[in-house]
Amino acid sequence: MAITREEVLRVARLARLELDDGELARFQEQLSAILAAVSKVSELDLTDVPATSHPLEIANAWAEDEIRPSLGLEDTLANAPDRDGDYFRTPPA
Amino acid sequence: MSHGAIDTLRLSAEEAGALLERRELGPGELFASYRAAIAERDPELHAFLTLVEEPVGDGVPIALKDIISTRGIRTTAGSRMLENYVPVFDATVAARCKALGMSVLGKTNTDEFAMGSSTENSAYGPTRNPWDPTRVPGGSGGGSAAAVSAGLAPWALGSDTGGSVKLPSAFCGNVGLRPTYGTVSRYGIVAFASSLDQVGPVTRTVRDNALLYRIISGRDVDDSTTVEVPAVELPTADQLRGMRVGVPRQLNEVEGIEAGVKHAVDAAIALAGGLGAEIDTCELPLSVDFGLACYYLIAPSEASSNLARYDGVRYGHRSDGSDFNEMVMRTRRDGFGDEVKRRIMLGTYALSAGYYDAFYGNAQKVRTLIKREHDALFERFDVLVSPTCATTAFPLGAKAQDPLAMYLTDVLTIPSNMAGLPSLSIPCGLADGLPVGLQLIGPQFSENRLFRVAHALELALGFDPVPGRLR
Repeated sequence: MAITREEVLRVARLARLELDDGELARFQEQLSAILAAVSKVSELDLTDVPATSHPLEIANAWAEDEIRPSLGLEDTLANAPDRDGDYFRTPPA
Repeated sequence: MSHGAIDTLRLSAEEAGALLERRELGPGELFASYRAAIAERDPELHAFLTLVEEPVGDGVPIALKDIISTRGIRTTAGSRMLENYVPVFDATVAARCKALGMSVLGKTNTDEFAMGSSTENSAYGPTRNPWDPTRVPGGSGGGSAAAVSAGLAPWALGSDTGGSVKLPSAFCGNVGLRPTYGTVSRYGIVAFASSLDQVGPVTRTVRDNALLYRIISGRDVDDSTTVEVPAVELPTADQLRGMRVGVPRQLNEVEGIEAGVKHAVDAAIALAGGLGAEIDTCELPLSVDFGLACYYLIAPSEASSNLARYDGVRYGHRSDGSDFNEMVMRTRRDGFGDEVKRRIMLGTYALSAGYYDAFYGNAQKVRTLIKREHDALFERFDVLVSPTCATTAFPLGAKAQDPLAMYLTDVLTIPSNMAGLPSLSIPCGLADGLPVGLQLIGPQFSENRLFRVAHALELALGFDPVPGRLR
């Protein structure tokens, strides 16, 4: 199944990836080949087959409701590319 | 020639621990011996991305895949995105090792964000296979496998999503466990595909593997997907009487299987029969045919979501941009490599409106069928066996330009991972001088059984885990 250049651009925008023209062309070709291969999952009759989102049958994983220390401000901001006092700083939206 | 206190090439972690216990060697000398081996052999192999200068504990040291957060030690995930990232907390598995006095020797190389089968997708260059440096060590955890194989670490931790512990273990002649989903905490592990990721031990012996699994496994309040785990037993038996061993035809006769691999695996299965196991062939018709397609929808979809966090705001790389959106788009353009971008795009597409049902939705249903197919076999068999990979280690660059060919490398490790089952790769012989991995698969929480079978086979096979060229 072939994916168009416009679709690659749309997906890249959704994924917040800036692509150059070379990447666009390469990903269009490679994603088309990969999608053709993975489309195989639609060949089976999947009527009445439930989905598995997680391989263990666990529900309601409880934890004690207790107060534990969390990261302090300095640790939280230690890897920030840019900060302004106790805030992460970014370019304007 | 190594300049440490002892030669690390033939030392198991269990033996190293005994040396410390008998005070024949101090923990500092043991650490220094591994550092000497690293200084001697790692310039060629490039198993490590970051080294730790001094031991902090008095136990047997360990190498950790650079996907495992280590407080105060740079953790890159093999990506430019995290080139300068220094975690402010330890992953639970790292904390459990440290609590027992295990010093971290260093952080090992990985395909970027654990996405790959050869370690060639690392932003810091590939790791080379200690058996033949012109070949890949497998991936994504090629650094951990190469380090253990070349005596640069007594044992190591990796992470396995589609086969990233098992495949490199097979290619480098190690014992590698992918534990049952939910038995080992992922707290502090750089997330790839959350319904699949598991941390597992990479070791020289089966007993070492069980020892390390005992240390890292069990419920962790910081990871709500973890469960209580049966007590881990160290294997001792050398017989397999009464063990029912299934040989799935589709795994053992997979397209493209090399003659040398087939030969070594068949011989190991015959040996299991000689030890008293009951061997019979069986079928896994859907799992091999549809497993890869299922995996390459589910894993990239989950990855596209997990990797959304790399936005240049809180940690990691940031590129300049005139506004917020431009900054984020350029950060991700510059911080991620090709394969990571490809999988983010694939996953974003598979999850996008209009495609979700046909791709991600159907893949989750196929996953149910794969799980059922395995569950049914475990009514007749205690374990399933197959090659870990259809080939031995391939040359560097052989598949680097063809993503689909690279994906196919994992066709035998993926099905049991999709079903959440434990599996263990042990070396079962050589083909043209390169190790061949035997994959043992069991029902959920059957790690003790896998260790038992693997240990008996290990004794009978007598495989020498030291790479021929280093002997």
